[in-house]
Amino acid sequence: MMSSSGPKIRAERSVYLTVDGEQWLHMYRQMLRIRRFEEQVNELYVSAKMPGLAHLYIGQEAVAVGVCEALRRDDYITSTHRGHGHCLAKGASMDRMFAELLGKAPGYNRGKGGSMHIADPDTGNLGANAIVAGAVGIATGAAFSAKMRGTDQVVVCFFGEGALGQGVLYEVMNMASLWKLPVIYVCENNLYTEYTPYQEVLAGEILDRPRAFGIHAEAVDGQDVREVYFVAQRLIERARAGEGPAFLLCNTYRYYGHHVGDIDRSYYRSREEEEWWKSERDPIRLLGSWMLQERIADERILEAIDREVRAEVEAALAFALNAPYPDLDEVARHVYANEAQL
Amino acid sequence: MSTPMKHSYESSTTDRVISMAQAIREALAEEMRRDPWVFIMGEDVAEAGTPFKVLKGLVEEFGPQRVIDTPISEAGFTGIAVGAAMTGMRPVVDIMFGDFLTLAMDQIVNQAAKVHYMSGGKWKVPMVIRATMGATLRKAAQHSQSLHAWFAHIPGLKVVIPSTPYDAKGLLKTAIRDDNPVLFFEHKAMYSMRGYVPAEEYTIPFGVADIKREGRDLTIVAIGRMVHVAIEAAQRLAELGIEAEVVDPRTLVPLDRKTLIESARKTGRVIILDEGHQSYGATAELASVITEGAFYYLDAPVIRLGAMDVPVPFSPPLEDLTVPTPERVVEAAKTLCGRV
Ligand SMILES: Cc1ncc(C[n+]2csc(CCOP(=O)(O)OP(=O)(O)O)c2C)c(N)n1
Ligand SMILES: [Mg+2]
Repeated sequence: MMSSSGPKIRAERSVYLTVDGEQWLHMYRQMLRIRRFEEQVNELYVSAKMPGLAHLYIGQEAVAVGVCEALRRDDYITSTHRGHGHCLAKGASMDRMFAELLGKAPGYNRGKGGSMHIADPDTGNLGANAIVAGAVGIATGAAFSAKMRGTDQVVVCFFGEGALGQGVLYEVMNMASLWKLPVIYVCENNLYTEYTPYQEVLAGEILDRPRAFGIHAEAVDGQDVREVYFVAQRLIERARAGEGPAFLLCNTYRYYGHHVGDIDRSYYRSREEEEWWKSERDPIRLLGSWMLQERIADERILEAIDREVRAEVEAALAFALNAPYPDLDEVARHVYANEAQL
Repeated sequence: MSTPMKHSYESSTTDRVISMAQAIREALAEEMRRDPWVFIMGEDVAEAGTPFKVLKGLVEEFGPQRVIDTPISEAGFTGIAVGAAMTGMRPVVDIMFGDFLTLAMDQIVNQAAKVHYMSGGKWKVPMVIRATMGATLRKAAQHSQSLHAWFAHIPGLKVVIPSTPYDAKGLLKTAIRDDNPVLFFEHKAMYSMRGYVPAEEYTIPFGVADIKREGRDLTIVAIGRMVHVAIEAAQRLAELGIEAEVVDPRTLVPLDRKTLIESARKTGRVIILDEGHQSYGATAELASVITEGAFYYLDAPVIRLGAMDVPVPFSPPLEDLTVPTPERVVEAAKTLCGRV
């Protein structure tokens, strides 16, 4: 099992350098795209331009990017209420994401879903989900189908550690193991389930749970995209080869509140703790400084990426702000498939 | 909804105005002081006081033994509440969004609702499940549903939907003292709504509808937040010379059939408002009760206005179409009264 703690750094160095520098730069850009996109989402909320709320992924970017980088476009993911990062990492475009968050017609789901329900067949996104653990059945079912249909697709099921409270997760993990389904359960432990430290609502060791079903389980430093990518790739290829499901625990942290309106967090976590993660364990800075050190990139290249990403955000936002709302008769459409037959 | 409403059950002497959230909190605190076996269980109910801050301060008074944060395990903790209720305690379960009741359905429908009957009356399940309801808050399809009709369909469950702080407090206290499983629905958009609530203790019996406004031309039966839509419509209708009576059943189970039927007999015209889906919903049941009891007094078929039969969309202009509005009620009323 890999870990990012001190002494192993030298051993890792050679491994990570087997990956093409361009690919690390791509992951850097993807993480930055999530960061800048969501900073803008927060801005929209603060300036009262966005209906409802959003749950920001900022701080956790290395998980979505490291895992999705190891997936093919035709592989599937399921996501959560904190889903913008997963959707972007799997290939969603910012303009249609913003449009969806604003309830506009060209949004991924015609404005009908909103922040918590982005779904996109073109990128293998089976859907974000506002029910905690709501998508674990869907993910496992897609893996069942991939196996039955004889494709070599793999499914990644993203969820927070809060989902470990839901019984349905244990039902589907049991079947995934019994039937050797190509599904990776990616648990992002960001230390909090809403406003409660996870230890107060979780007994025992997380990894013991999948292991009880005979599911291969590992933990990684979720702030280190290199480690996430390497381990995810191994687990995904293992599943693709028919060796069955795996469970990947990613230890991570969300920088903002549970949702954009969760401003006063002092009753459940300290400012010092937040600052420590931001200054010591920021996934974007960790990758950036490693790339500088290894001369994969120089400051100029990283700055150029940031400029390009900011321009992408700006253009995407303008697209969404200028887009129309859906036609009112959309409200009654898509309740049933083949609606003409009703 | 900003002006506090006076109605028949309010003490005429009180001038104390509090929010719906505070009324609910007071009911819980008073019952917990009165009965040491009452406790609260749910997600983020303690320090956080729920995302709506309704329970703020209770853990400070009653401690974490009686205001218990759970994992995200609706089926599990609802089941635990059923067992605790059967063996001497009085749990108040908190389901943050009513949509999550679906995760606890077996515990509620197959267990809590049936234990008393199946045991030939030997076991009792004195528990309350508080759940939120309601749309128009831009929370999309999985956080906006109003599922009260599901539970009203199941014998063994009682169903309460308050429309004012006064009713919420009195009915919640009654719910906690009831020996049956009670579903208590709170509209998310009403927590900050203010109204008169006396300082002295009171309870409100189940099965007693409240006439929120008297009128002779038309009866509007409305549930929960729809009572305020009805009142607003009635005020506009009054300007047209149409006097609408607004009847709030307050509890769907047990249902005060008598008051509904009497009002329908008096006015001869009825509109029913609900925020649950229209098809197979609460409006259908109330319409049949009225039709059966007042058929020969009715001048026209009963009109039902429920939520549209679509999942609640996120996009604001679409979402706003899905629930009854005062404008739509006024239009329906004018048609009923031959004013178009
Ligand atoms: C079944 C269900 N219960 C409760 C909620 C309300 N809720 C939304 S997010 C959340 C906490 C989720 O925590 P976690 O899974 O750790 O994800 P995180 O928010 O930390 O990303 C809760 C309780 C829900 N959406 N679904
Ligand atoms: Mg979490």
